[in-house]
Amino acid sequence: MMADDEPILSARGLSLSFGAVRALDEVSIDLWPGEVLAIVGESGSGKSTLLRALAGEMRPDAGRVTYRDASGEALEVHAMGEPALRRLARTEWGFVRQDARDGLRMGVSAGGNVGERLMAVGARHYGDIRTEAERWLERVEISPSRIDDRPGQFSGGMRQRLQIARTLVTRPRLVFMDEPTGGLDVSVQARLLDLIRGLVSDLGIAVVLVTHDIAAARLLAHRLVVMRHGRVVEEGLTDRVLDDPRHPYTQLLVSSVLAA
Amino acid sequence: MSDWVLKAEGLSKGFTLHLQGGVRIPVLRDAGLVVAPGECVALSGPSGAGKSTLMRLLQGNYGADEGAILICRADGSVADLATASPREVNGLRRDTIGHVSQFLRVIPRVPALEVVAAPLLARGVARELALARAQALLRRLNLPDRLHALPPATFSGGEQQRVNLARGFVADFPLVLLDEPTASLDAANREVVIALIGEAKARGAALVGIFHDLDVRGRVADRVVEVLPLREAA
Repeated sequence: MMADDEPILSARGLSLSFGAVRALDEVSIDLWPGEVLAIVGESGSGKSTLLRALAGEMRPDAGRVTYRDASGEALEVHAMGEPALRRLARTEWGFVRQDARDGLRMGVSAGGNVGERLMAVGARHYGDIRTEAERWLERVEISPSRIDDRPGQFSGGMRQRLQIARTLVTRPRLVFMDEPTGGLDVSVQARLLDLIRGLVSDLGIAVVLVTHDIAAARLLAHRLVVMRHGRVVEEGLTDRVLDDPRHPYTQLLVSSVLAA
Repeated sequence: MSDWVLKAEGLSKGFTLHLQGGVRIPVLRDAGLVVAPGECVALSGPSGAGKSTLMRLLQGNYGADEGAILICRADGSVADLATASPREVNGLRRDTIGHVSQFLRVIPRVPALEVVAAPLLARGVARELALARAQALLRRLNLPDRLHALPPATFSGGEQQRVNLARGFVADFPLVLLDEPTASLDAANREVVIALIGEAKARGAALVGIFHDLDVRGRVADRVVEVLPLREAA
């Protein structure tokens, strides 16, 4: 398993300022195949900006992001150009947005949302696409009888599960997740987290997960990065960072979590 | 084969509490422990002396300030848990270090059977085989079949502990860490745990445990190692 010894995604020295605000300050991270990396921090820590810079959606002022594709080739994310990046985004990558409306096509049926991603990677047979869409709806616990309904008719939790089905149906190698449980009821969050946990480990997907939810990070992530003011203040094994935090900010973050 | 599975040397560990004005609490200084294959070592010492801290260091849950925690993998290669990368620690936990804690960290909605089978599935054991072994072990620990398909969140303390024990013994780890493994068990299940420890020793595993039950300790431990409290501001 030579390929597993090299990171699938590497960022080096990412910096990005919005006016006087340093949103990213010399951030470097690595992600290995099949690994779930959680980026935690409060609002304004730069974690969402980091996610967007990693995914090529936001260009840093300095630094670079390298993605190693399925054929083993190292690609510079911010040098590859729009068409190549878009192709990557609909084939080897996936993005799960906090607001499912940003990741779904609201005017298209549930089945269409899942099928569209399949067609983008070359599926053509209508029956196969519909069968696969049904299978994925079941997998994310949406009744296949809802296949022709539009996402607008779904609850927030269902919509988020549909977005996950749409993202994972093409079996991407790398998925970016931005607060996937944000804005959902707590009972719905637990179900969604468990679903993500199961799918990610079954499919062996590498994930960069941005969350302010420490419990979600503990449940899902192999590794944790703590950000504050655009900088990585601490990183390491998830349970070690949470149970033996070294940095004052991490200690504050961990001690602020209510134990249920 | 190496003559030890675990060799910890010169371990120091303290905590700096930044939220309490940076007060520094030293817990362990120059601690060490060597455990041979087939040997069970019991940690003893007064409450607060650092037994649990040492156990957490051996599991990689706490990071050591100084020292080495050498662990011999099944293939004979040696890793230093004190300096290993997070990926290496995750690999050691998958293949080498089994751990039975006092409390089960429950994952919502995951059935007991899956919780127990997880270490086998993580190693790539076929699902059917993994579930069958998990089931056999849960039965041996007298956890009723009707509970196997339920998430352990609502189980009693003793039932959760048996799930934890099954998870720690299901995958034949070369090193097994046991934190009060019989604390909330009845006499019959205590006997099962004693037997499981005996079988682990027989297959060459090294075990480190905290056993408050002195009868159990006397029956499973080959050696007792004292963990003594550091003197204040020494």
